[in-house]
Amino acid sequence: MLLVPCPWCGERDETEFSYGAEAEVAYPADPSALTDAEWGAWVFFRANPKGPLKERWVHVQGCRRWFGVVRDTATNEFVR
Amino acid sequence: MGGEHPAFLWRTPEPRRSYDVVIVGGGGHGLATAYYLAKEHGITDVAVLERGWLAGGNITRNTTVIRSNYLWDESAGIYEHALQLWEGLEEELDYDLLFSQRGVLNLAHTLQDVRDSVRRVQANVLNGVDAEWLEPDEVAEACPLVNVSPDVRHPVLGATFQPRGGIARHENVAWAFARGADALGVDLLQGCEVQRLVVEDGRAVAVDTSLGRIAAGSIGLVAAGHSSVIAETARLRLPLQTHPLQALVSELYEQVLDRVVMSNAVHVYVSQAHKGELVMGAGIDGYNSYVQRGSVHVIEHQLAAALELFPVFANARVLRTWAGIVDVCPDASPIVGPTPVESLYVNCGWGTGGFKATPASGRVFAWTIANGRPHVLNEPFSLERFTSGALIDEHGAAAVAH
Repeated sequence: MLLVPCPWCGERDETEFSYGAEAEVAYPADPSALTDAEWGAWVFFRANPKGPLKERWVHVQGCRRWFGVVRDTATNEFVR
Repeated sequence: MGGEHPAFLWRTPEPRRSYDVVIVGGGGHGLATAYYLAKEHGITDVAVLERGWLAGGNITRNTTVIRSNYLWDESAGIYEHALQLWEGLEEELDYDLLFSQRGVLNLAHTLQDVRDSVRRVQANVLNGVDAEWLEPDEVAEACPLVNVSPDVRHPVLGATFQPRGGIARHENVAWAFARGADALGVDLLQGCEVQRLVVEDGRAVAVDTSLGRIAAGSIGLVAAGHSSVIAETARLRLPLQTHPLQALVSELYEQVLDRVVMSNAVHVYVSQAHKGELVMGAGIDGYNSYVQRGSVHVIEHQLAAALELFPVFANARVLRTWAGIVDVCPDASPIVGPTPVESLYVNCGWGTGGFKATPASGRVFAWTIANGRPHVLNEPFSLERFTSGALIDEHGAAAVAH
């Protein structure tokens, strides 16, 4: 069981959260200008590093806010 | 394989500096690929590089379910080919795989489940895959242990049934392919970690490993949860997310369950191994991770589901839980084929359900490497589909029920 550091509620059980995968994936500024490959990359491809991953969580059973954290996927430790 | 077990099933060769084909990953799919390269294409100058020990990853961490009742034509093609290979595999490899076609039930608990399941049965029949729809009383007849009473939280409204589905002993499968490949001249190199793919002028030419550089005419990347990490070293991005997937076994009991029973809605699948332990699994842990360990609430959830379906298991005790790390694709289907990097081929994204496909995956991937282009059965499972949009969405058939 992970203890997820919610910036507003502190460390809480993982079961209170939902996972949002890679953080800071911006919606393309001009989607119609993208090639099929660029659009496919935005829709389907996300970072999958073995190591630090900046990712999103949402505290659905708590304050219900989204936030970003860095977690090391090789150890499950929250780095910041 | 009767009589005394031999001391060694394969050689422990010294790595050579160069091979025609290097397979990265000594799991089930990698070993099967090497076997079929040698057996069906006469390509025997092959090395399988495994960073740990052969068959230490997902090939021996899965719940051993074999079935081919997927929805789409493309999936029916490759999974049914696999099932047909399974039906002759003990003879092919001259090894007892404890392959048992005891039938697989996929339970439906809601009206939407029923509609989806009946649709899938009909699609299966059209594709020549054995499939039946069972009403609740027929479920009770096929598997008397399942609680089909209407007054539970998720009543059983019916089930799909694939009589030819079943289980096999997974380590035997890996050992049999390893022994077969070794006998045909393939070098199985354990403790050989691939650190980097070496690309020159757009062509993969070698791998840098913990045992030094090994040159390769072609490279087959079959590294399951680590596929995207290794592909990145060739600047190849794959649409994969790596997650832990947990399973558990109970203590050993008398044989009480002679079917495989799966349920998407209450989130568990159960069979009983030949030795007697109840084998159960459920869905992935939600977060990305390369740690072969998951969170306990996932286990609690799957045990709650198992007790709902099988009240008799209330007295059973968990012996062991574990996790493998699985590479999940956005459409819950694998990626098998060439890549934009010349002479680099990938076989990954099997996610939560690769065991059942092992022989077909190895066979078509060997064909792809030998011929430099995809076999007709894996052509739809291209990397290109994430540009074209021609996805093979098997979340209904694969997402929980592996």
